[in-house]
Amino acid sequence: MITTKIPPSLSTNQMRKLYHQMWLIRYFDEKVDEFFARGAIHGTTHLCVGQEATATGACYVLENEDKITSTHRGHGHCIAKGADVNRMMAELFAKETGYCKGKGGSMHIADVDQGNLGANGIVGGGIPIAVGAALTSKMKNLGYVVLCFFGDGAANEGSFHEALNLASIWKLPVVFFCENNQYGMSGPVKEMVNIENIGDRASAYGIPGKVIEGNDLFSVIEATEKAVARARKGNGPTLIEAKTYRWKGHSKSDAKKYRTKEEEQYWRKEKDPIQLLANRIISDNLLAKEELEALQLQAREQIDSAVEFAEKSPAPSLTSLELDVYA
Amino acid sequence: MKTKDMSYSEAIRDAISLKMHEDEDVFMLGEDIGVYGGAFGVSRGLIEEFGPKRIRNTPISESGIAGAAVGSALTGMRPILELQFSDFITIATDQIINQAAKIRYMYGGKGKVPMVLRTPSGSGTGAAAQHSQSLEVWMAHIPGLKVVQPSSSYDAKGLLISAIEDDNPVIFYEHKLLYGMKEPVPEELYRIPLGKAAIKREGTDVTVIATSIMVHKALEAAKQLEREGIEIEVIDPRTLVPLDEETIIASVSKTSRVVIVHEAVKRAGFGAEIASVIVESDAFDFLDAPIERLGGKAVPIPYNPELEKHAVPQVSDIINAVKRTLQRGEEV
Ligand SMILES: Cc1ncc(C[n+]2csc(CCOP(=O)(O)OP(=O)(O)O)c2C)c(N)n1
Ligand SMILES: [Mg+2]
Repeated sequence: MITTKIPPSLSTNQMRKLYHQMWLIRYFDEKVDEFFARGAIHGTTHLCVGQEATATGACYVLENEDKITSTHRGHGHCIAKGADVNRMMAELFAKETGYCKGKGGSMHIADVDQGNLGANGIVGGGIPIAVGAALTSKMKNLGYVVLCFFGDGAANEGSFHEALNLASIWKLPVVFFCENNQYGMSGPVKEMVNIENIGDRASAYGIPGKVIEGNDLFSVIEATEKAVARARKGNGPTLIEAKTYRWKGHSKSDAKKYRTKEEEQYWRKEKDPIQLLANRIISDNLLAKEELEALQLQAREQIDSAVEFAEKSPAPSLTSLELDVYA
Repeated sequence: MKTKDMSYSEAIRDAISLKMHEDEDVFMLGEDIGVYGGAFGVSRGLIEEFGPKRIRNTPISESGIAGAAVGSALTGMRPILELQFSDFITIATDQIINQAAKIRYMYGGKGKVPMVLRTPSGSGTGAAAQHSQSLEVWMAHIPGLKVVQPSSSYDAKGLLISAIEDDNPVIFYEHKLLYGMKEPVPEELYRIPLGKAAIKREGTDVTVIATSIMVHKALEAAKQLEREGIEIEVIDPRTLVPLDEETIIASVSKTSRVVIVHEAVKRAGFGAEIASVIVESDAFDFLDAPIERLGGKAVPIPYNPELEKHAVPQVSDIINAVKRTLQRGEEV
């Protein structure tokens, strides 16, 4: 059960949107999983099933002009920042109508117009980029904030250290949001980091650090609201660490030898972020059960039509191969 | 010698295992090389065989683990560092280029850095721009490094054993599409010297110098050309540094025609170096046609499979280049 206070500013309509978006993310990735298994999507992909609350909650706080940097596990971030699932699915199908015209694929979806500066195939690659985007905001007085997603594994890259130090000495408007899903590809965070919380590293940079339940949508919203407000006021960055869990293997399929079935079951049964949200909505009498079901169904239909859109879309022409290398 | 059918990845694992049994200074470090078995399964079983002290599963810290390899090598160990994709060498390059490659020379011939950096490169998996590059020429440019690119299981095992025994930093480029390819490989420990090319097929009409996966494409081209009565000689340098110039020059002096093919971007690719070696040598006098150089288009590797295929040379490109060089010869 999640008990965090629901932000008073959150309207019933917004609650509907959030619940719907969590399902949209889940169905998107489950669909991708299915098509991957069938060989209809190629290459590689990383699914965020089980982690829907971090993307949804953190991006909920943002204004339109705010920006994000994302990761290889980025479909959720992209959807939460307002991307069109049709064009996302088309990208996974390597079609011309995709966000990257079929050239990027799962790991490189970007939606620069919506402020998504891109997923990233390089672990930790996006963290310094977020700092640079925040630098622009500060130098040009643009007022936007940058939300920087990265994983527990990425926190061990040198880029993490260098970026947090820079952002803190320059007091940049950036929120470092670590999605700690307990593992890198296989490396357990318990073996790869010698402290309990990555969020505690904030003190080394002289910035606030906050460790939260990442599967509790309202706790994500609460922490991000505070961090974004601080950044917008010009007081500099915050490090948030959200504890969560990925349900699927690291990429495509993997044997998951590095974790136990019991652990997986615990997170699926006890800590499903969507179920936790639904329980709370029902117990607080915020929306009727039928309405929740309708929102879920609507999300499923949207993903089905995204697949249809992707399947019907044309492949890029061979002449596009050498386009867009230079501006 | 007793042989066994081994895939390229099994041959690599076998080389590591044999050397680790023989020399306790040899150890492995890298991301997810433990129970996960490495990003491409190459180290599968090694942690069970040697334990976590010698098969060291590391955090995602390419710069740190490269430096740890350099430092441990400098002080008496023989580390084998696995980077999950050769693209990530970008993060480790300070340690490789400014440290490992230069330490011995800078220190006036004192100290040595006997490490191997193994890493998969190349396109063809749909992993797109940041996981598909062929960057070997960067490393080949740096004095102090050796650069190896095996194209078969047999070569991979023998070359890796030599690389581990070498007293210098060796960058060992594996190709992702070769991991599953099988051939008979001796079960025992054997060495292929660094700096010795292999003539993968003998021929009289055109010399095709191919590296890594392109060796297989060249051999496929050879089969098709044979039906038209054209006999190409396929040479695999196997190591870019040191380069077996002698074998290349001898072949060109015999055939008088050259096609060079690699997957890496053609512009400033290693093919330019090989072409220069040829024209700077006595083989220049034997050339009957301009050298044909094939390489990847000057684009990041795209995700769409058709685009991806067209970004790098294919069998038909090699066939056409061979025919072009034969035609050019006739006009003269
Ligand atoms: C620089 C770099 N090193 C290694 C990899 C291979 N890799 C891709 S994802 C991943 C695990 C990342 O873990 P984490 O940051 O916790 O993100 P998660 O996958 O758990 O979302 C690894 C090792 C990479 N893409 N980039
Ligand atoms: Mg993780």
